[in-house]
Amino acid sequence: MSALDESTPPAAAAASAGKDVGPGTGWGEGAPSAPSRPGPRSWSWWSPLRLALLWLATAAFVYPLVWLVSAALKPKSQVFDNRLIPSDVQWHNFVEVWRAGPVLQWLVNSVVVGLMAATTVTLSSALVAFGFAYFRFRGRGLVFGLVLSTMMLPGAVTMIPVYLIWNHLGMVDTQVPLWAQNLFGSAFYIFLLRQFFLGIPRELFEAARVDGCSYFGMFRRIALPLARPALIIVFVFELQASWSDLMKPLIYLQTESYFTMPRGLKLIVDSFALSGEYHWEIAMAATLLATLPMIMMFAFAQRHILDGIATSAKQG
Amino acid sequence: MSRHESRGGWWFIAPWIVGFLVFTAGPMVVSLVLSFTDYSLVGQSHAVGLENYRDLWSDPRVRTSLANTFTYAAMFVPLGTAVALGLAMLLQRVGRMAGFFRTAFYLPVMTPAVAAGAMFLLLLNGQRGLVNEVLGWVGIDGPNWTTDPAWLKPSLAVVSLWTVGGSIVIYLAALHNVPRQLHEAAMLDGAGPVRRFWHITLPMISGALFFTVITHTIAAMQMFDQAYTMFYGPQQKATASDESLVYMVYLFQNAFQFFKMGFASSMAWLLFVIILLITALQFRIGNRFVYYEGESR
Repeated sequence: MSALDESTPPAAAAASAGKDVGPGTGWGEGAPSAPSRPGPRSWSWWSPLRLALLWLATAAFVYPLVWLVSAALKPKSQVFDNRLIPSDVQWHNFVEVWRAGPVLQWLVNSVVVGLMAATTVTLSSALVAFGFAYFRFRGRGLVFGLVLSTMMLPGAVTMIPVYLIWNHLGMVDTQVPLWAQNLFGSAFYIFLLRQFFLGIPRELFEAARVDGCSYFGMFRRIALPLARPALIIVFVFELQASWSDLMKPLIYLQTESYFTMPRGLKLIVDSFALSGEYHWEIAMAATLLATLPMIMMFAFAQRHILDGIATSAKQG
Repeated sequence: MSRHESRGGWWFIAPWIVGFLVFTAGPMVVSLVLSFTDYSLVGQSHAVGLENYRDLWSDPRVRTSLANTFTYAAMFVPLGTAVALGLAMLLQRVGRMAGFFRTAFYLPVMTPAVAAGAMFLLLLNGQRGLVNEVLGWVGIDGPNWTTDPAWLKPSLAVVSLWTVGGSIVIYLAALHNVPRQLHEAAMLDGAGPVRRFWHITLPMISGALFFTVITHTIAAMQMFDQAYTMFYGPQQKATASDESLVYMVYLFQNAFQFFKMGFASSMAWLLFVIILLITALQFRIGNRFVYYEGESR
């Protein structure tokens, strides 16, 4: 059906291919004479080594996060002892973070900004993407080319004038500039969603037209519900992008209580890890608080995220 | 195409057009105009002709920051691509465990850049950091990653390398789409694993490789969050030398700390031109090597 589903079957195929004797994709699958050797390949010398390497890589990718949890719970003197289990668990660190800045407020701000950014960009991009996918009109190809070309433009080029716009509107030091541009769609998401809409059979829409459905009704009642997996991908991607963003909060926010979590974390890192008394444990506790919500989101939306990443490249 | 349908289409894409005019096209024009002035947010601004562009040439920090950015990109993009491809190939055919590893490798990508920067500030600590301790196990005396001027850019690359999971997922998907028959046929012809890698695997996934190299290069040229988190801030130690000054950090400082917005605008246009040139070059090279399945799109 649509390109978005393509990433699932290969995974299943890979699982079943595990005990197959067929040739692999390159790395030392044994000598070229492998097919003549009886028995499943999992017994070859390569498999344990492959697994060992993968576990090593897993440690490199995951252990820093485990370390973070541990460091956030250690007393100041032990942050660098690199022991997994703190000898003396300091829940107190989180109280100190709380004293250092309005962390809860920052988290709430990040959630609000993130939800606004993700909701607006998902709906607006879907609307625009449907316009490009379903309707045939003169200039469509040209405008769509324009949409794609904006992906090449570095944010730095528009950064200053856009700041001047918000400054003129008196919106500097509010959170509006962090998400309001999303009301107008975003090129990458428009591209992604258009691909998805193109996969929906046109007859479905024609039938609805015959039944007297309006264009907007088609979009809302047919296109949107069918595109749910793609919409979730866009939503989650944008939520993550918004949650990570440091540049915009640096530019637009001055009042501490308006800060998003990354901006607040930068403040804490500046005053606790890069200067002053070097309370690294407090900086790490704040780091953990900034990271944990994203890890939780990943736990829930993992499949959507990974499939979405795999698909985005295929279309790019 | 009926007129009704045509009008409907324009209505649907209208939000993007409005946004494009207000937040992209308009600002591009304004930015270009500003780059010929000494605009500084407050006070009078004057047209200064090409002065900002001459300053781009004469300001040594522009050159330094550009060189730093290129160095970082030249370290991270090839290394990140190789590591991600290597891991993706290892991940193939491990059966049910593949899903677990894929998740593990992707986990760091979820970490906000500021958080990753803050963590690695400690992990890369020269005296007591975990990274150097692990290096010590294999007899390597690790450098002062975060303070030795020569190691600031490599430490930025290390942090970026930690978040390379997105590429792994992309390569894995691409590898799964390589038809098995190709390998089987090549094996019957006596091609070994290395030759099969160069002549089958690599060409078949070249599209995905090309995509990630381009996006990574563009992103690397605009590196900001981690560099700013780890090495810049209000306290700004004197030890934080210009060795970690990447282009976007210097641009940001000019625009929003020194309020030299005219000059910052000219910096932005230089960056745009550089990115265009690099991408054009990559496409030229890519067109020769990239294989697209069928005639696709």
